[in-house]
Amino acid sequence: MTRPVLIGNASAFWGDSPDAAARLLESRPDLDFLTLDYLAEVSLSIMAIQREKNPEAGFAADFVEVVKSLLPFWQAGRKTKVVTNAGGLNPFGCASACAAVMRAAGHRASIGIVTGDNVLDDLKATSDSDAFRNLETGAPLADVHDRLVTANAYLGAGRAAEALRQGADIVVCGRLADPSLTVATASAHFGWAESDYDRSAAATIAGHLIECGTQVTGGISTHWMELSGQENLGFPIVELWDDGRFVVTKPDGTGGRVSEETVKEQLLYEMGDPGCYLSPDVTVSVLGLKIREVGRDRVEVRGARGSSPPPTYKVSATYRDGYRAEGMLTIVGPNAASRARRCGEIVIERMRAAGFSPRRSHIEALGSGDAVSGVLPRRDDLWECVLRVAVADPRRECVEYFTRQLAPLVTAGPAGVTGYASGRPPVRQVFGYWPCLMPVDRVEPALQILEV
Amino acid sequence: MEGATKRARLRDIAYARSGDKGSSSNIGLIAYTPEGYRYLRDSLTSDVVQSYFRALGPVHVDRYEIPGLLAFNFLLKGVLGEGGSRSLRVDAQGKALGVALLEMELEMPVQLHDRCVRKREL
Repeated sequence: MTRPVLIGNASAFWGDSPDAAARLLESRPDLDFLTLDYLAEVSLSIMAIQREKNPEAGFAADFVEVVKSLLPFWQAGRKTKVVTNAGGLNPFGCASACAAVMRAAGHRASIGIVTGDNVLDDLKATSDSDAFRNLETGAPLADVHDRLVTANAYLGAGRAAEALRQGADIVVCGRLADPSLTVATASAHFGWAESDYDRSAAATIAGHLIECGTQVTGGISTHWMELSGQENLGFPIVELWDDGRFVVTKPDGTGGRVSEETVKEQLLYEMGDPGCYLSPDVTVSVLGLKIREVGRDRVEVRGARGSSPPPTYKVSATYRDGYRAEGMLTIVGPNAASRARRCGEIVIERMRAAGFSPRRSHIEALGSGDAVSGVLPRRDDLWECVLRVAVADPRRECVEYFTRQLAPLVTAGPAGVTGYASGRPPVRQVFGYWPCLMPVDRVEPALQILEV
Repeated sequence: MEGATKRARLRDIAYARSGDKGSSSNIGLIAYTPEGYRYLRDSLTSDVVQSYFRALGPVHVDRYEIPGLLAFNFLLKGVLGEGGSRSLRVDAQGKALGVALLEMELEMPVQLHDRCVRKREL
């Protein structure tokens, strides 16, 4: 191959900048692929709730807006293909919504739909008391079995790559492992074999680096204050060669920075054993990685090593776990932190007195060091501080009661209580996270093509 | 000879990023210089990190070394207690643990400190 494949990322999570994709393509119309990630550990449980209310929901509707925003590029002849996990719990629904937008604009396209990740029925139907134990705690599935909301296997790149090879312009997936979106594009582009583990490892690292969008271009960097253009951080691009070497960069004219430092920071983000990074496509070692700057905002990465993937898929399940709420008040004046803590205790005491002792509660005097309570010396000489109280309980009415106990402090608390403009905090459902494993041969990733 | 020492902070010689993995959190820590990496390899053991964060109750801390990148990965098992979605802390996802680690106080030989600090800006 004489040139690298160009892969951009324009969404790091559900709620990221909706105009990032169009802006990225405007500055880099030569991109071969755009990847958009929408799913975090418990995003699918939120989609499950939305689908309960509306059977046609259950996916990241933001993506449909992204497709709409890209129509002018495609209609002008641009060929950038898009791979996303926006399908969530309802990839068909997501693809149909995209198709409707394209039809309305008279645009023809081919949409690949990757499913098979939803294994909720398998978890519900299991009679094996040893199956699907919590990967972290070892607890049996029976503990949460009757409260399960979602269960999705992290699929690999296979079916998405197949969709691209069959000519899909857009690939809408359910739960693909985040880096697999990138692996799918590179392996389809170069025609890599699934057993080409070093190359898959390189693409997995590339995907890992760009899947959180601006986190590799200066976002949340230790050196963030040194950046210019923080208001317009560029979304990342990788230029990946057939041998697995790649360069991380960002469009000219955008803010932020791609440096050895930002790339190393993001490489380590949410990393476990760096010698054994598990993905459904490949087991990756980053121990021999070489990272060096080869130009302004250009960082070359080489040396990824891969071996066969694990024989199991990781499954991310969620279960209902009661309710929670959190509220804040601002306390101004001498000894603000002590007064804030006393206010927090009063809230819990009043709940107890009303028979609503919460199962769990947490009081923080933010500003005094409580965000990492007990790690750094506590600062109690504050003149202003934010009280944050959070409670969780299986009873909705208990948490409802809590949400009404902060406002009275505006008249019953210490002098200098303020900042109660946002009203009662909302009661939210809690979804517990239940990671577990499932043998690869029990999951069947599927692909369908929808011609628009 | 390196007789005189000075009080420093970890952030003088390294930078970091943290996040969540279920009920655990990981902190990627990267030294600015090879000297700084070697100093941390010898002094910043998993026990030191576990003790530093003991108030948050990590069950166990694993330290992984990536010498080629002058980096360490600390995996703080169980430090998020209830896990990202259930934790009641404002920092439910361990995003603040990296900057908190960088506040660690060090007592370093003056000349060594000079060789470990960051040499340039972004």
